[in-house]
Amino acid sequence: MMTNAVGRITQGQFSFLPDLTDAEIALQIEYGLRKGFAWSVEYTDDPHPRNTYWEMFGMPMFELKDSAGVMLELQNCRKTFPKHYIRLMAFDSTRNIESIAMSFIVNRPEKEPGFGLVRQESNGRTIRYTVHSYATDAPEGERDSG
Amino acid sequence: MASPKYTIPGATPPPAGNAAANMAAAGVQPDSASGAAASDAGGMRTVNQVLAHSQAGAVMDELERDLIGLAPVKARIRDIAALLVIDKLRMNLGLQAQAPSLHMSFTGNPGTGKTTVALRMAEILHRLGYVRKGHLVAVTRDDLVGQYIGHTAPKTKEVLKKAMGGVLFIDEAYYLYRPDNERDYGQEAIEILLQVMENQRDDLVVILAGYKDRMDTFFRSNPGMSSRIAHHLDFPDYPQSDLLRIADRMLEQQNYRFGPGARAAFEEYIGYRIGQEHFANARSVRNALDRARLRQASRLFADRDRVFTPEDLTTIAEPDIRASRVFQIAAARSPDSTHTADPRHAD
Repeated sequence: MMTNAVGRITQGQFSFLPDLTDAEIALQIEYGLRKGFAWSVEYTDDPHPRNTYWEMFGMPMFELKDSAGVMLELQNCRKTFPKHYIRLMAFDSTRNIESIAMSFIVNRPEKEPGFGLVRQESNGRTIRYTVHSYATDAPEGERDSG
Repeated sequence: MASPKYTIPGATPPPAGNAAANMAAAGVQPDSASGAAASDAGGMRTVNQVLAHSQAGAVMDELERDLIGLAPVKARIRDIAALLVIDKLRMNLGLQAQAPSLHMSFTGNPGTGKTTVALRMAEILHRLGYVRKGHLVAVTRDDLVGQYIGHTAPKTKEVLKKAMGGVLFIDEAYYLYRPDNERDYGQEAIEILLQVMENQRDDLVVILAGYKDRMDTFFRSNPGMSSRIAHHLDFPDYPQSDLLRIADRMLEQQNYRFGPGARAAFEEYIGYRIGQEHFANARSVRNALDRARLRQASRLFADRDRVFTPEDLTTIAEPDIRASRVFQIAAARSPDSTHTADPRHAD
């Protein structure tokens, strides 16, 4: 059974929608900034659902007033990693929240290889199942997920 | 709704019009006030009609009222406001209008209002609709230039990102360039600054400020910087009459007023002070008034048992001003005296 018929990673907000345009991304950033969130840009070439911590592209951006600054960083990241997954995260520093309030993917490779099911035979013919990201089949430096 | 807002990925491609409409709705003018003004201004054909819908007129009036002197600066702001109005009229007729380059350099002697105007400029440009957020980020060399290799670029970029949507004010900008040290990191900051000033013209306005002669040297050694700045504003020294009006305004803001004879004494004070060393225009006036307030305070403090009226507490009397050393020095310098005082701390 295919649970993801369109072959797209669905993680974070808006991931079932078509890719947001830059103007739409800017609007989301504006919303977050109005709420006082700090945006950051992260990228990865391994979109495994358990890969929680992606690589940071620069520091989180505190005290911004306008989306243009985040968009600038995003464009730099796209230029550097055109074939990686890139996501924007908004950190809410309110006391007792102190966690990510928004997160959405803003860049994807052209071809997303998706995941395979791995069966591992264990004690007493028990089968353990896990998910394997096809994108990580090649060694890190040679992955061309696009 | 006839068509869904979003199509499912992999299904038929969305109609081309949709994306364009989204872009128009989202990208052009996020500022609600100017966005509303722009959409209302659809049928306007005269300057007055546009002025009624924008804040340009109010901004110009306020500027005239709040800032004393500074004629060249006001004239330039009026030009910028006029361009905004005309651009709106042009847009109504379908003529393409591109946002003008608004980077500025403020040069002038100490105390001529460079920083004050820069603070106001962010608000003015915001109300005219040229910058989206209208905040001001004031920095000096230390905020832009790093301590070691590789430190400068992230530092400068961070400041630039914070300033996006507003005004970046670089005070004493000539310190960025140190010609005596060719490995100085200031050059790196200048290069990043130039790049952003060129590419993100719609996103932020950079204002460089500094003393005239040193800024001229700075621009001579960085011609790229000079050519990317559209507005070179020179702040003239204030004439004596303007300084007196500035003093009036400062006292009024702090709920003080001149007592009988005090205003004339202060006028005399300004006349002497201009000729003496380290004169810093409005800043000298402010310092002089602060010292007069100190003298007023100790004069009142001496009267332990007196019940003060509001007049007592708000009045700067003539002796408070006459006690200044400036008068003594001026007297010492006059021809009938041979005594010379050290004028360096003559405030």
